[in-house]
Amino acid sequence: MRLILSLLFGFILAACGETEQVQSGIADSTAGLAARPLLVASNYPLFYFASQIAGDSQDAPQIVLPEIEGDPAFWAPTAEQIQLMQTADLVLLNGAAYESWLDWVTLDRDRLFDTSAGFTDQLIELKDTPTHQHGPAGEHAHQGTAFTTWLDPRLAMKQAEAIAAALESLAPDQAEQFRNNLSALQSRLLDLDRELTDTFVALGNQAILFSHPVYQYLQRRYGLNGVSLHWEPDAEPSASAWIEFQKILQQHPAMIMLWEDEPLPSTAARLSELGVQSIVFPTASNRPGQGDYFDVFYGANLKLSLMLE
Amino acid sequence: MSGAWYLGWRYLAFHKLKSTILIASITLMLFLPAATRVLVSDSAAALTARADHTPLLLGAAGSPLELVLNSLYFRTGQPSVIGNEALARMQATGLGEFIPLNTRFHSRTNPIVGTNLKYFSFRGLKLAQGRQLGMLGECVLGAGAAARQGVASGDYVVSSPETVFDIAGVYPLKMKVAGVLEPSGSADDDAVFVDIRTAWVIQGLGHGHQDLARPEAGAGVLSRKDAVITANASVNQYAEITADNVAEFHFHGDTSEFPLTSVIAVPPDDKSATLLRGRYLSNDEGLQLVVPSAVLNDLLDTVFTVQNYVILGLAILGLATVAVIMLVFLLSQQLRKGEFHTLSRIGASKTYIGLLVASELAFVFIGSLLLATLLIFMMKQYALQILQSFLTF
Repeated sequence: MRLILSLLFGFILAACGETEQVQSGIADSTAGLAARPLLVASNYPLFYFASQIAGDSQDAPQIVLPEIEGDPAFWAPTAEQIQLMQTADLVLLNGAAYESWLDWVTLDRDRLFDTSAGFTDQLIELKDTPTHQHGPAGEHAHQGTAFTTWLDPRLAMKQAEAIAAALESLAPDQAEQFRNNLSALQSRLLDLDRELTDTFVALGNQAILFSHPVYQYLQRRYGLNGVSLHWEPDAEPSASAWIEFQKILQQHPAMIMLWEDEPLPSTAARLSELGVQSIVFPTASNRPGQGDYFDVFYGANLKLSLMLE
Repeated sequence: MSGAWYLGWRYLAFHKLKSTILIASITLMLFLPAATRVLVSDSAAALTARADHTPLLLGAAGSPLELVLNSLYFRTGQPSVIGNEALARMQATGLGEFIPLNTRFHSRTNPIVGTNLKYFSFRGLKLAQGRQLGMLGECVLGAGAAARQGVASGDYVVSSPETVFDIAGVYPLKMKVAGVLEPSGSADDDAVFVDIRTAWVIQGLGHGHQDLARPEAGAGVLSRKDAVITANASVNQYAEITADNVAEFHFHGDTSEFPLTSVIAVPPDDKSATLLRGRYLSNDEGLQLVVPSAVLNDLLDTVFTVQNYVILGLAILGLATVAVIMLVFLLSQQLRKGEFHTLSRIGASKTYIGLLVASELAFVFIGSLLLATLLIFMMKQYALQILQSFLTF
């Protein structure tokens, strides 16, 4: 008899436990409702634009740029960074095939926001991608798109506009502030565009070299007569690379070479001997060591204009 | 305890075999019809609860029941598939949230469910340990699957080949367990959840190998002509996706044609649901959009009809059992005549003797009733699993 009663009591307790579990689930889902919207940016320009537009008021959306070593175009998010993106209200993407990690990271599609989706017709498709073949699937290539869209300030303005719209959807009560901040940012981007135009007009049709094929949008925007190499700033070019370089120089007599980062002194010296001056024109894809987005480009522009004088 | 009740209790305790047989018979007589009703109604409620929480299902044209059982319980053997473009077309309607499913593969006996992150919030699944799916090649296990395979977060599980005779078919993929879910009391407990793209890798639609354009891949290159690189058979394809090689994984072919076994559609309101259903009324594209609760209700109607016949049969059997028990009691009164005479001679009244017999009957019936109630409570805990095992085909 006692055994039966204990068993019945056990069942009742189990049923009560189940109810408690359901209630705690409800409590979990309501936690954090009052939190500020969280946006994660996939590179520094997006982070900078979003931060400028969001402003720094107490209830402004929180913008985060994960700690990325090197160029964010080759970022491989860690498990913790993926978790951060999974908890974000929005992940700001540059688009233009910039985020290659999207192919293997598990994220909620609805939380991804492609800032260049509004101008896909203006994206530059990359050619000369090697195709390969193995097995019965036949030939295929991993095609690409030029992705440093923000190097064209006009496209950067469109990306900023898209970010403002995304912020408005998350915090509609702050829409007016976002629009004012966007307007200020766009005005600064227009100023930068004017400055760069003045500099590159002075360059005219003079041949120029790019250390890496990342300046396509800059080239198109300012009509630069440039040729891209595949040189890394921190690596000594091989003998064959120098031979190839001299061949290019014969057909494309450039006096300036733009680098993403400071080249090795030996490389810069040898280039100088060949009559080519090295100028660092960063893409600002990652958080700069000093200054902000505009400091980086105005600094590069100043060096370039001084050289052209 | 009064004397008559005590004597009744001692009588039953002394005749253990007889008492046990009587109690067992009455228990079964009470339990079977009640259990049938409880089993059917509880499991029907549980089945329809999961179906009711799944507004619409898109799948290949064919058996709606197979589509529902496969999508809700991951139960059918080789589910029919639809193209990934069906999901894209649904998403383009903007009429709700859409969750893809690919349930073709298994890891041992546990179904591998390829889906996206929405599935977890949609089903209210919470992590008991570890973290959510992060990248290709990772999996999150239901509590039952983790227990059955004896793994925890950080361990590995391997997908099972579909058939040992298909040497050119699906290769086993070693998958890292990112997390384990809390028990949910549903089919999700036995599942191994992966990103939908991981399911495609298991199927062989995507793979990883070293970059053939790099100089170190020379041994694996058969020829390089202009921008075309042809690999030879020595190119190793990765059997495990790690943080180091995940970027080398890619898919061949048109991803819009990649297979899904179904899509769960979650429209925000009735209007959107009606609009969605309207789009799939004609079966031209080999697709069907079903309301899972309606499909299961059709099945349950049949189950309820069968249940009524079973209960009728059991009731008749119960009456027969009661008659036999009464006969046993009457006959035992004849056999106990001497015992009653002795009781009478030592001063027991007829009422007292009647009370003694009644107490024996009461003990037997109360014992049977309690035992039957206990069995029904126990069975209630497993009602859904029992019905699911019947529905497996």
